Amino acid sequence: MTSPDLKKAAPSGLLGRTGLTGLGQARHLGLVAALVLLAAVGLVTRPDTFATTSNLVSILSLAATIGVITVGMTFVIIGGGIDLSVGAIMALASVWATTLATQEFGPFVMVLCALLVGTGAGLVNGLLISYGRLVPFIATLAMLVAARGLAQRMSDRKTQLVQAENTALVELSTTRWLGIPLLVFIFALVVALGWVVLNRTTFGRRTYAVGGNPEAARLAGINVRRHTMLLYALSGLCCGIAAVLIMARTTTGSSTHGDLYELDAIAAVIIGGTLLTGGRGTIIGSILGLLIFTLITNLFILNGLNTSDQLIAKGLIIVVAVLLQRRNLKERTL
Amino acid sequence: MLEMRGIVKEFPGVRALDHVDLLVRAGEAHCLLGQNGAGKSTLIKILAGVHRPDEGTITFNGADYRPSSPLHALRAGFATIYQELDLVDGLSVAENILLGHEPARLGFSLRGRANAVARQVLARLGHPEIRPTTEVGRLSPAAKQIVSMARALSHEAKLIVMDEPSAALAHDEVANLFRIIRELTAQGVAVIYISHRLEEIREIGDRVTVLKDGRTVEVGLPARDTPTDRLVSLMTGRTVEYLFPPRASRPPGQEILRVEDLTGPGVSFSVREGEIVGLAGLVGSGRTEILEAVYGARRAAGRVYLHGRQVRPGEPHTMVRRGLGLAPEERKAQALLLDQSVTANITLGSLPGFARLGWLDRAREAEEARRLADLLAIRPPDPERPIKTLSGGNQQKAVLARWLVGNRRLLLLDEPTRGVDVGARAELYAVIRRLADQGIGVLLVSSEVPEVLGLSDRVLVMREGALIHQADAAELDEHAVLDMIMQGSLTP
Repeated sequence: MTSPDLKKAAPSGLLGRTGLTGLGQARHLGLVAALVLLAAVGLVTRPDTFATTSNLVSILSLAATIGVITVGMTFVIIGGGIDLSVGAIMALASVWATTLATQEFGPFVMVLCALLVGTGAGLVNGLLISYGRLVPFIATLAMLVAARGLAQRMSDRKTQLVQAENTALVELSTTRWLGIPLLVFIFALVVALGWVVLNRTTFGRRTYAVGGNPEAARLAGINVRRHTMLLYALSGLCCGIAAVLIMARTTTGSSTHGDLYELDAIAAVIIGGTLLTGGRGTIIGSILGLLIFTLITNLFILNGLNTSDQLIAKGLIIVVAVLLQRRNLKERTL
Repeated sequence: MLEMRGIVKEFPGVRALDHVDLLVRAGEAHCLLGQNGAGKSTLIKILAGVHRPDEGTITFNGADYRPSSPLHALRAGFATIYQELDLVDGLSVAENILLGHEPARLGFSLRGRANAVARQVLARLGHPEIRPTTEVGRLSPAAKQIVSMARALSHEAKLIVMDEPSAALAHDEVANLFRIIRELTAQGVAVIYISHRLEEIREIGDRVTVLKDGRTVEVGLPARDTPTDRLVSLMTGRTVEYLFPPRASRPPGQEILRVEDLTGPGVSFSVREGEIVGLAGLVGSGRTEILEAVYGARRAAGRVYLHGRQVRPGEPHTMVRRGLGLAPEERKAQALLLDQSVTANITLGSLPGFARLGWLDRAREAEEARRLADLLAIRPPDPERPIKTLSGGNQQKAVLARWLVGNRRLLLLDEPTRGVDVGARAELYAVIRRLADQGIGVLLVSSEVPEVLGLSDRVLVMREGALIHQADAAELDEHAVLDMIMQGSLTP
């Protein structure tokens, strides 16, 4: 998993090909090294359970849901914004798609519903931010609260099961291909698409421009407002996809899904080296950051350690990662 | 009181100050005169501890003075009031005045004492009506300036530099400013006063030092008796000759742009194909506003016609689609993506032209960037480098190159040679003229009168938001234009 990622990382980023590539690579190398280190800890402490297929598959399945959200979050943060509402939007989409009224139309419409609800909520974020001139933090905070509330209202705070006739949806997590559940492939596909859009399309180029220097982007003739709006809609779409994955994995839609996912996604993006000020960052970095986080969770569970200690470890990792990157950044500007 | 001798300061590619002398006596209002780029700001920043001189000596009140930071300068009794006031809008008047040295005991600020000190300083400035507890954000520009001065006084400043303090003020407020300066000088405080308005200098100044191209051309002339002629010619007599390309031989073609009463009544002019129209005027005279209004980056009164048809003021992206391009005044803040490559910066204005269904053709993009980098001689000749590693002149060329992609009809250039050294300037001039020869219309803004005159076919002179003169560049000379744009504000 890690070595092809690394190869992809080399030509990534707009900075490509010049002297910066080496350091960009070094930054990803650091993340890969951290992953290898964590894997080594796993192998030493739990040689019997860590390297088993079932454990690795469960790590990837766990990572898939937040991973899809992290892709959208990477776009938003590179574009100079932040999206706090991702977990709540995912919960809302999962609830909306599992109401009995929606389920009547079958699994395909359920998926469509989740995607539309996610994109729609993201679009509302985008409209508030780009045309309503709300600060992203505030607009998406409001969405976090409101979407969670709406999800509770729709579900009456009950967990909604995926009905027997719609189990085709659940097969996304039960069907395996090469021993790996389909939902992991969906995750990989979203990552690959995200990478392509960010690095090979005008949309991606504009995202870096809008986040790096919005005034320059505007004066260069980029419709900054529309682009900002689209970024949040994209993040919402990713939440919709994540909702499909979590419905498949848990066979439920619930207003409690995705609690604090926004923090994990933002942390993964930061650890991956994306600047919160915008204009710089990579999808690969974010995914590596997320894998590090998921691996830590896994190691703590395997070793039967306290979840509170796990949170402390994660907090430390965020700080260490940012400190290391700051040093990297200084070297580069010199 | 202050003696600066042989100050030299070099920036990469430019010698900003070349053996500058400045002598200021206690209790005098000393005026610093010079065109944009003459080195006034650099000199001030050395005094304020922002820059360090490469050579030269400074003595202040008889002691050697080498400020290492703005705070150090402030402690030594030296305060600067910048054009852009550095006040904290959300804090009260008293908190602003005493910012950095609030009276406190054990970390608790003593508000009563702070307010009393502030009240006392404001009274000394003749403004007891400004209440120390008012929030600064709610004050008028003039009142903010008073607060700025009060802050300088609260530090027991012996020397206060005022950088174009009258620029933001109305006439009666300027009179009040002068009253304060007289009181300060009467108390023995020295004031270095920078202004482009010669009338003001006569009114308030005791002596004048003239800077030109980073050199002192005259130290300590009497401000009241030196004839205006002499001052203007001291500022203009060039030692550095700019090389301007020859003007177009053929007459300009069809009208591209026409504006009527744009940003203000009477601001009406047109730009034709193959024509370079220069806007001359001081900073704040409304030049940039005109460019931004044409480009849709600013809402303004008036009408804009492109190719004879009136267009509704849109956003920049609609104007770019109509064939306009703007090279803005603040290169780093408004034009460049510093982290990215020269290529990415060049193609930013025309990304759809390099893409099919949103998919970027990166090979074609790189090819076009390489072609333009060659054409404009961007150095080093590697468009994949991050643009922040280039010099200012080459960055500016990349900004120009951005609008050479595709078919631009009209370029709006705001201070295209700011921060660009003399050699690169000549190249930029040649590029701009070549564009015009290809039939592109150019609307050029520059603070440097010789540049406007040398490069343009036609010149518009702006003063305080009004278009006061239009003529062919060949009919004007530097002296006449400077005279027009620098008429004092005290005699409206």
